[in-house]
Amino acid sequence: MDRRNFLKQSVFASGMALAPSFLKGMEFLRPDQLSGYKNVIIIQLSGGNDGLNSIIPISNDIYHSLRPQIAKKAAQTIKISDNLAFNDHLKAIAELYDQGEVCIVNNVGYPNPNRSHFRSTDIWQTASDTNQYLSTGWVGRYLDANCQHPYQAIEVDNSLSLAMKGNRMNGIAVSDPHQLYQTTREPFFKNIIKNTHKDMLDEDNQGYLYKTMLETYSSASYIQETSKVYKTSTEYPQSPFAKNLKTIADFIVSGLKTRVYYSSLGGFDSHVNQLNSQDRLLRIYAEAIGALVNDLKKNNKFRDTLILTFSEFGRRVKQNGSRGTDHGAANNVILIGGSLKRSGIYNELPNLSELDTNGDLKYSVDFRSIYATVLNNWLQVNDRDILRANFKNLGFI
Amino acid sequence: MNTPLSDKLIQHLYWRTGFGISLSKLKSVRKLSKNQIVDRLFSESNQETPLFIDFGVLFKNPRNLSREERKQLKKLRNQKMLELNSSWIKQLTETKQVLREKMTLFFHNHFAVRLRTPRASLQLNNLIRKHALGNFGDMLMEVSKSPAMLLFLNNRQNRKDKPNENFAREVMELFTLGRDNGYTENDIKEAARAFTGWNFTKDGGFVFRKSQHDFGSKTVLGKTGNFTGEDIIKILLEQRQTAKYLTEKIYRYFVNEKIDPLKIDELTNIFYGANYNLETLMRKIFLSDWFYAPENIGVKIKSPIELIVGLSKPLQVIYKDPKVLLYLQRKLNQILFLPPNVAGWPGGRSWIDSSTLMLRLKLASVTLNKGVIEWHDQNDMGITTMMRQKLYKKIKSQTEKKVKAASNWQYFLTSLEQMNKEELIDFIIQPKLSEGASIVIAELDTKNTKNFVIELMSLPEYQLC
Repeated sequence: MDRRNFLKQSVFASGMALAPSFLKGMEFLRPDQLSGYKNVIIIQLSGGNDGLNSIIPISNDIYHSLRPQIAKKAAQTIKISDNLAFNDHLKAIAELYDQGEVCIVNNVGYPNPNRSHFRSTDIWQTASDTNQYLSTGWVGRYLDANCQHPYQAIEVDNSLSLAMKGNRMNGIAVSDPHQLYQTTREPFFKNIIKNTHKDMLDEDNQGYLYKTMLETYSSASYIQETSKVYKTSTEYPQSPFAKNLKTIADFIVSGLKTRVYYSSLGGFDSHVNQLNSQDRLLRIYAEAIGALVNDLKKNNKFRDTLILTFSEFGRRVKQNGSRGTDHGAANNVILIGGSLKRSGIYNELPNLSELDTNGDLKYSVDFRSIYATVLNNWLQVNDRDILRANFKNLGFI
Repeated sequence: MNTPLSDKLIQHLYWRTGFGISLSKLKSVRKLSKNQIVDRLFSESNQETPLFIDFGVLFKNPRNLSREERKQLKKLRNQKMLELNSSWIKQLTETKQVLREKMTLFFHNHFAVRLRTPRASLQLNNLIRKHALGNFGDMLMEVSKSPAMLLFLNNRQNRKDKPNENFAREVMELFTLGRDNGYTENDIKEAARAFTGWNFTKDGGFVFRKSQHDFGSKTVLGKTGNFTGEDIIKILLEQRQTAKYLTEKIYRYFVNEKIDPLKIDELTNIFYGANYNLETLMRKIFLSDWFYAPENIGVKIKSPIELIVGLSKPLQVIYKDPKVLLYLQRKLNQILFLPPNVAGWPGGRSWIDSSTLMLRLKLASVTLNKGVIEWHDQNDMGITTMMRQKLYKKIKSQTEKKVKAASNWQYFLTSLEQMNKEELIDFIIQPKLSEGASIVIAELDTKNTKNFVIELMSLPEYQLC
């Protein structure tokens, strides 16, 4: 039986979801299946990360002249080429870069960029056009079209992002799998679940509540049972973000049949005195990713993992009056993985001499072509069904 | 028309126009006819109570602030946003002007503004409240000219020869006609020119800056003239589609997410014919027979605010720490004054995901019973019961420290008097119990009314109204 059929025949699809005992021993992957089970981890840097001070056009005069107080000096960076350098707080990422495990795509954005955090976040998460309001996310539509179980997309966070919501199915949001499991094990709820049967799962709202409760119940127990298999011994930094990545590593190495993981790191809205705050956040990001990759490598899972990092927009090239930067447009996207086909710098550097009327970077790569590439080349599904339009395949994986 | 309503139907009316009904209130309106109850709802909302916050130094011109004060400004803003948030929830819980507050909540989502400027947010909230049962056209005009809206949709940056289309687009797409309903990109561009020059003064008053206004001719929705922003709003209100769009949205919110085109058509005529008088429309809905039809009862998923306030009201819950209230709103994805974006909270099923649902189901026990849904298995031996009690005690002391909420069970239990099991279920739960829930409930012991009420409130059915 190939993997696809294996998935199709999984028990949840046959409506037997109500017998938790079958979950044990059956639903996680055996070692032979585990190998080659590809997943993507999506990281959102919320608030609008300043890409120009993350991956820096260090020899560009315009960069230095427009940012007299916040431009990085060469000594504060890690060299990539004569023209480009990492912020030195991204040391852990630079090390992966040297091993050919990082691909940086510049100038990623979309036509008529929206500079509102939440609107632009929605655009990135729903993969919509700038003037199109969608109620499902791109991962949610992937679940709808290609998956049988809500836990095939897990957000390790408090609530579920729009990206993870589909029509037929939502992903699972869990920050503390044990706690979610405990809540579902509340004896009163357990008794309700025991008395719930298929006929009650109507199309109406009451049916929807029961359906979600059941899905949560079975996913929580699946996650709990399965993730017992592996608890990492790799050292992670102390940050909550690192803790989330550690949870993801536990899930992956334990063999959860999850295709998409989602998590975010907030605080990047650097209007005022941005140097310290952004550097601190970049370090939190890089060190946590470094630990995660290290963990996955030790367990031979890194080659099955792709990490996609984005932010809802970049920031204005010119600094503002308070040693910060205002909301901008195009930005870089960082791809990290053990099976990249293209590593290094994917495309041309940002053109600082040709900005849009706001003084922001113009985009040259539509963010949805990154999604299309991940869906098509990595998750091996039809990207057009999910993105509802054709986008260029970038072939980085 | 003068028929009395059953208890269930009165509860239905009060859930949709407010946050449920107390038993004492139920007793007092039981003897009235439908017309009388609806009349009473409106007359109770004749008055309005604006929210009030003491802004302290936020009223000062930033230039007159001391260095220390300026440093504290951001912190203070956040603090005032929190104060604003909890004071509205308090008002929603305690108000007698129930319908007016519910309408304000509806329009808080219609004119969804997300700002961290407490003064502007408060002013917008109070002006919505003022018009909540009045004229929608007046509300639209004032909202459009409020500092909150001018700030949020960048109309301040909208200037002659440098138009910003943000407001012009949203006023058509979200506030009046609805997306893709008979306007073009060109209508937006032209309307944006008409809205140029709109701004506000330091004290929050609207100002028309002639030098920034484009006085040229514009063509919007087939009409041509040297339009101002006011003209555009009038043109939008002339469109019957605006009345239809509003009517649909109100129907979805107050009646049923599934709309009935015939009823929408009838209501649209009434609303449009009454020149956008909201009271006329709402009266028509609450007096209709179909509002009380079985397919409209207990089918709406409560919003987090409806859920939180609905629990607080009968038990007079007091959150000693406003941050806990904010935390619950955040975890349940609805923070008052911070809608996700200009489109507002999508509502309905989007409230529900794995994490929010489990918290919603736990909410009654967390706020009203220190985190415990007491459960007694009939097969329990004495020793198990003792262990259970010990565990409950531990959970309770832990939860109490975190949640810091007080509830008045004595008041609530006294009001219940001698209700039997069926009456209690009917009073707490709006929809018909599912088959599974009926089995679970049938086995439950009602000797301890408090535990039984908590259990009812922990059913998925309690999420509906």
